[in-house]
Amino acid sequence: MGDALFNIPWAVILILLPLVGGMTCFLWPKVAKTLGLFTSSVIVLSVVGLAWKMIGNGIYRHAVGGWSSPLGIELYADGLSLLMLAMAALVGLAISLYSTAYFEQSLSLRFWPLWLFLLAALNALFLSADIFNLYVTLELIGLAAVALTALSGGRDALSGAMRYLLATLLGSLAYLFGVVLLYHGFGSVDIAILAQRVEATPIVWAALGLMSAGLVLKTALFPLHFWLPPAHASAPAPVSAVLSALVVKASFYILLRLWLDIFGPLGAEGVADLLGLLGAAAVLWGSLQALRQTRLKLLIAYSTVAQIGYLFLAFPLAVGDGVAAWSAAAYLALSHALAKAAMFLVAGNLLRFGGHDRIADLDRVVERLPITVTAFALAGVSIMGLPPSGGFIGKWLLLEAALVQGRWDLVVVMMVGGLMAAGYIFKVLGYAFTQADAPHESRPVPLSMEWAALLLAIAAILVGLMATEILPLVGIGDPFGTGGVKP
Amino acid sequence: MNAAFLYALVGVGLFCIGLYALIVHAHLLRKILALNIMGSGVFLVLVALAKRTGNAIPDPVPHAMVITGIVVAVSATALALFLMLKVAAETGRAELPEERGE
Repeated sequence: MGDALFNIPWAVILILLPLVGGMTCFLWPKVAKTLGLFTSSVIVLSVVGLAWKMIGNGIYRHAVGGWSSPLGIELYADGLSLLMLAMAALVGLAISLYSTAYFEQSLSLRFWPLWLFLLAALNALFLSADIFNLYVTLELIGLAAVALTALSGGRDALSGAMRYLLATLLGSLAYLFGVVLLYHGFGSVDIAILAQRVEATPIVWAALGLMSAGLVLKTALFPLHFWLPPAHASAPAPVSAVLSALVVKASFYILLRLWLDIFGPLGAEGVADLLGLLGAAAVLWGSLQALRQTRLKLLIAYSTVAQIGYLFLAFPLAVGDGVAAWSAAAYLALSHALAKAAMFLVAGNLLRFGGHDRIADLDRVVERLPITVTAFALAGVSIMGLPPSGGFIGKWLLLEAALVQGRWDLVVVMMVGGLMAAGYIFKVLGYAFTQADAPHESRPVPLSMEWAALLLAIAAILVGLMATEILPLVGIGDPFGTGGVKP
Repeated sequence: MNAAFLYALVGVGLFCIGLYALIVHAHLLRKILALNIMGSGVFLVLVALAKRTGNAIPDPVPHAMVITGIVVAVSATALALFLMLKVAAETGRAELPEERGE
């Protein structure tokens, strides 16, 4: 029995199940909610199964249809992939739980198929081992995400989705051009093979430029973040949560993967410094904009712009100590996903409750929605980077790397960013305690919506407490071992 | 300079023309067309460079990639056109509204 369980191809389930589930939801809308929740739960179990297998065997490989690479398509998972899969599975389960109560019937019919397709594409991306497959899955994610953004209709959502679509297609095309150049130069799209063959030739620098530009646009790094706030703020709450928590991480993951295996060892310090500089600018600019916002969803969206900046601070720091900086980036990505999803779900609850998301008119919600406000506060602890949250561990590792290398400029940026995050989070919490000038009608918020947000926020704290268990898992297969720019 | 290299150069040119049009034109249909032209440019480079082996038989892998790429491009264009119609129906113009005070 144990062996049979051990040998189940968990990675295949992770892709196939949501794909089939999405189609089934489309054909039988009546079962969509149940099926969606079931699929998300099985995905969590499959990730646990995969982790169990990987703890025993190390790196996971699966040749699809028995055709091994370079001819066939291979699924590949190391510690970094596992962390990302776990992130998608956890956030996905909470979003599914939330969405069973959030959507009214007509929107529900369209939400579930798209959401499950998006989950399938995300899982496929995190399991891909070749750069062309990554392109296809990236496009699948983009299309599903745009369709979800436009779900509620209306002027803001539609134009936000359109802008998002144009940006995401441009990013993918630039990335594809890079894939073409790498294939032309080295005759393979397999990351492992490319890693062996790649040399510092002009064609590689062109590919690096195109792919980085495309992925940075899709990850919404300052100053290419223009499409993110309108799209993330106008989408329905669970969709905003998915976009901020998971979709931007997908393109970041590809960039990280390419950097670790292909570009990093070539010694591209200049590009790493540029990415770090843009990251620092994103931290400051995003936090500043978040402080200025008067609407909660826009505030959270700009906070995402700032938190993405932190991820890119790891690039220049990896020159000195690859493992510490990349572990920090991976940890930040995970804890940001959990905390930010919780925050957007909270915003959805407050919108449902009061019919608006104007921060100044929150009107003592702390008394009336205690669970929701607790979720916001706990998620805020992680976003600010206070102990014992996941955000604290990530920022601490990053800060330590910066201190060891004497990068005082980055230390200052991280400190100031943390203070500004505290500023915008306490701004919201402050209004949650005070009475608004104009009291308004309120509508009840279903318990599952409140608890989904709270559970995510608690998870964001828990990953901080469990750092000693999680970090060794990320190290399976030594994803950061050869990474980082050579000193 | 051989024929394959010439085709590749044309592909790069198409990519740049498309990028320029995507940035300068406000009308959404023009933006969508611009993205399609950029895509065609990438596909042309891919097909042209398939002859890099120098043999009589070109490398078949890029052809398979182009077919996949075309499928993706068609679906993306369909979604973009549909969204454009929705935006036009909602706002009366097939253009994106100006960014509000960033």
